[in-house]
Amino acid sequence: MKRIYLDHAATTPVAPEVLEAMLPYYTEFWGNPSSIHSFGRQASEGMDEAREQLAKLLHASPKEIYFTSGGTEADNLAIWGTALAKESKGKHIITSAIEHHAVSHTLEALAKRGWAVTTLPVDGTGLVDPEAVRAAIRPDTVLVTIMHANNEVGTVEPIAEIGAVCRAAKVWFHTDAVQTVGHIPTRVDDLNVDMLSLSGHKLYGPKGIGALFIRRGVRITPLLYGGGHERGMRSGTENVPGMVGLGRAAELAMAEMAGEATRQAALRDRLMDGLVERIPDSFTTGDREHRLPNNASIIVKYIEGEAQLLRLDAAGIAASSGSACTSGSLDPSHVLLAMGIPIEFAHGSLRFSLGRGTTDAEIDHVLDTLPGIVEILRAMSPFRPGAVFDMTKGHEH
Amino acid sequence: MKYSEKVMEHFASPHNVGELPDANGVGTVGNPVCGDIMKMYIKVEDGVIVDAKFQTFGCGAAIATSSISTDMIKGKPIQEALQLTNKAVAEALGGLPAVKMHCSVLAEEAVRSAIDDYYKRTTGKGLAEQPHMVTCEFTVGNE
Ligand SMILES: Cc1ncc(COP(=O)(O)O)c(C=O)c1O
Ligand code: FES
Repeated sequence: MKRIYLDHAATTPVAPEVLEAMLPYYTEFWGNPSSIHSFGRQASEGMDEAREQLAKLLHASPKEIYFTSGGTEADNLAIWGTALAKESKGKHIITSAIEHHAVSHTLEALAKRGWAVTTLPVDGTGLVDPEAVRAAIRPDTVLVTIMHANNEVGTVEPIAEIGAVCRAAKVWFHTDAVQTVGHIPTRVDDLNVDMLSLSGHKLYGPKGIGALFIRRGVRITPLLYGGGHERGMRSGTENVPGMVGLGRAAELAMAEMAGEATRQAALRDRLMDGLVERIPDSFTTGDREHRLPNNASIIVKYIEGEAQLLRLDAAGIAASSGSACTSGSLDPSHVLLAMGIPIEFAHGSLRFSLGRGTTDAEIDHVLDTLPGIVEILRAMSPFRPGAVFDMTKGHEH
Repeated sequence: MKYSEKVMEHFASPHNVGELPDANGVGTVGNPVCGDIMKMYIKVEDGVIVDAKFQTFGCGAAIATSSISTDMIKGKPIQEALQLTNKAVAEALGGLPAVKMHCSVLAEEAVRSAIDDYYKRTTGKGLAEQPHMVTCEFTVGNE
């Protein structure tokens, strides 16, 4: 059976060109970039080139790129780094209700240490209102952190507008752009951001490498101390093959972005519209206009997401869900709940995230397969329109 | 997370799915907000469960535990069915991932709830008020 991978928001395969660029840094140029000898210099050159390639994609200076171990570390560095640098000025941070846990759980940790965190609501499509950001800024606000695009429902936030609000108020602005870098334009000056997180494995680069863009003049406090790598911002001998891979991935993305975004957006729309047309009692989630080109997310009422995923997987289709049953924590997606989606329907969410390899035929296959799966599961489910259940008789998860 | 082969078997082709029109005991546990509902139908004759069916809204484990627990109580005297524990259900499935153990608890509860309903219908009194009733220990835990 040919397998169809529609979970690119979780991770992407490494592009062949990326792997090819990386391999010599394992086999030939494996030196430590800090070393003075030729082995070190070769590694160091690869690292410098990678930094330039990534900087180009963001229209930033290479000096503003700090490599990290991934998106999670970049988010943590931006937030903890700001908190440590600014705690004497103020201890208030503004965020949104739909952030990735790399941001929201970091802020929860700060809140436990006495920080005030304002979590802004989103509308039914997942959009944050820039005016709400303006209204939430206080004299002691030191950071606003709002994601560029949401990983579950694909909504792209008005980052440039929010950035303008922050700049006018002289408050640092960080965005988690893990889902957008390499997929839609992320020029830091257009976005009005002071810090931006990204991750290699979401743009056909390797896992375990990411970066934080930190605008010149924005001085955050490092979290890792040691040999002073990454200009003192992040000590530790560099993951040179990872950096080289991310650099090459950034270069590829620049070349392919415009074409791929258009191509994938058309497939995405066909998938979303086709599914809700074929499946009764289903609806799309997220904003239809301000949307990642590769995210098709829907909710199928009256059945649960994991059961759908398992049956899709048996049919060779890999997707994901915000259902409680797939979360590990057994809480349904905070993103869907923040968008006002009733909890009983949040359990039925599905996300298909497309990629460079996604074809028309694959989309057709999903359109042909899912309605039958839904029918089977609905026939098994006692939950249906009009069914009444005793909501007080819950049980502990 | 990985399910055992047995779980996948029962999930892919569950046994005893659907409504049981001549059931004389029906129990529903869970609710849509929790993300899992199990509705269990039993038909009891002379103190023996002669037929059982289920309808479930929930994950793969919830569907598999419903399926196997209906298998496990079919043909059993009520007294024996009441001793069905979630642990036994999980074991019969070749184990469940830790986060999915609660789905097997749901299966145990659904069986008890259906039996409770059967007693209410036939004696006017629920399970708790039945004389000399074996009440099994509620066991929740991981393998
Ligand atoms: C929006 C967002 N932020 C952060 C992360 C974490 O990135 P990483 O897996 O590189 O740590 C992810 C990926 O899961 C993400 O989608
Ligand atoms: S029904 Fe939700 S985890 Fe099993």
